[in-house]
Amino acid sequence: MARRRIVITGIGPVTPVGVGVGPFWEALTAGRSGVGPILSFDTAGFSVRIAGEIHDFDTDPWMTPKEAKRTDRAVHFALAAAKLAWRDAGEPSVDHARTGVMFSTGIGGLGSLLNQHKVFLEKGADRVSPFMVPMLMPNASAGHVAMAFGFTGPNACITTACAAGAHAVGEAYRLIRDGLADVCIAGGTEASILELTIAGFAQMQALSRRNDEPERASRPFDRDRDGFILSEGAGALILEEAEGAVARGARIYAEVAGYGASADAYHITAPEPEGLGAIQAIQACLEDAGESPDAVDYINAHGTSTQLNDASETRALKKALGDHARRTPVSSTKSMTGHMLGAAGAVEGAAAALTIHEGVIPPTINYENQDEVCDLDYVPNEARRADVRLALSNSFGFGGQNATIAFRRWEA
Amino acid sequence: MDMAELQDKVCGILADNLSVPEDKVKPDSRFQEDLDADSLDLVEAVLALEEEFGVTIPEEEMEGVKTVGQAIQLVATKLGVAA
Repeated sequence: MARRRIVITGIGPVTPVGVGVGPFWEALTAGRSGVGPILSFDTAGFSVRIAGEIHDFDTDPWMTPKEAKRTDRAVHFALAAAKLAWRDAGEPSVDHARTGVMFSTGIGGLGSLLNQHKVFLEKGADRVSPFMVPMLMPNASAGHVAMAFGFTGPNACITTACAAGAHAVGEAYRLIRDGLADVCIAGGTEASILELTIAGFAQMQALSRRNDEPERASRPFDRDRDGFILSEGAGALILEEAEGAVARGARIYAEVAGYGASADAYHITAPEPEGLGAIQAIQACLEDAGESPDAVDYINAHGTSTQLNDASETRALKKALGDHARRTPVSSTKSMTGHMLGAAGAVEGAAAALTIHEGVIPPTINYENQDEVCDLDYVPNEARRADVRLALSNSFGFGGQNATIAFRRWEA
Repeated sequence: MDMAELQDKVCGILADNLSVPEDKVKPDSRFQEDLDADSLDLVEAVLALEEEFGVTIPEEEMEGVKTVGQAIQLVATKLGVAA
């Protein structure tokens, strides 16, 4: 039997650069940053005072006031992203039992946990909300998305830090390919711009301290990069079995052509310096897609703007693609969105699919000075028209988990 | 505080806590059937009442509370407000 093919028919971005496909893509191709001073708490005394926040997010279009009150901000973003994506796909009529949800997060409802921890310390155990547990659990988003639509197919949350969103897309692709579902909502969400997380990531020396120039702080692959920018939001993709999508006349952004996953098995946060885990994921992905390294037209890099990631990812690309790496445009949309952690892989998958569909490669902004260990074509500062047939999206998580997804122009 | 005042106050807190319009919350409203409140909602609502009135309502006293009126009576007893 021929292998089932999977296509993307809907995209729902909820990001610091824009909400919905139109504003999102417009911002990415215009090279607009979504990073700014943190407004959600007083940053006095913090070494890091910038982030990619979503300001004035209105839950009303996406859920009832009661649902909004009983769920974490991460779920708010997830529901908005899933509903945007579903609407973008034309709200297809589907078999609910054959429709799954893979919705990831890096951290989950930490804000809700911290609120209740404060109640616990100040008022005692008997005042802790019965909603604390369902609000903090990482799989809450996958559960709420399923409830919102009544989808009873396979449902899970993969929690692999910065690679979680990519694992969600990859595993959803496998569910459909292997016949366990016909349609999946795949996504990731994150709402962890909190005093404690900013403090923790800052202590790891992982965050940029370019506090006076927030829009210029995320500068992947640039020589003067000094860390990532913590961002929030969600991204959702509608994955459908291709025959069904074609039969209903769906608009197809791209095919999900392959998925590769691996572990560094090296260090809990630092990437393996030679990029061995990343190379393994990229090679497995290409093999799964039945493509050669030379066929890759574009790479949406993990590109976090940390010294370590961008150097080791560059090494990995040169190893995995060989000489072809030098001819391949590589860009990091995190230069604009910042790092949405568990949402990043889904949002960047959306960017890769849109790159194929629109024939435009979004740039790496804030790229000014070449680093001798980062010597590829990073599509500096301006979007580029290009005929892209095959695009890869890389995601590498703290924990050493790696995922690469291949997106291909849909050809029946 | 007299009973009428207490009743208004409890209904207001419950309406806010359960995200239902205030005019839907009356003494004869049933939590589950009329106010769409499940068991977790009820615990959360009681926490709000405890907080507002500075009383403690143990779990065992909550058992059997099905209507807003019963909740009002519970708080009234705690506060010594006569019917």
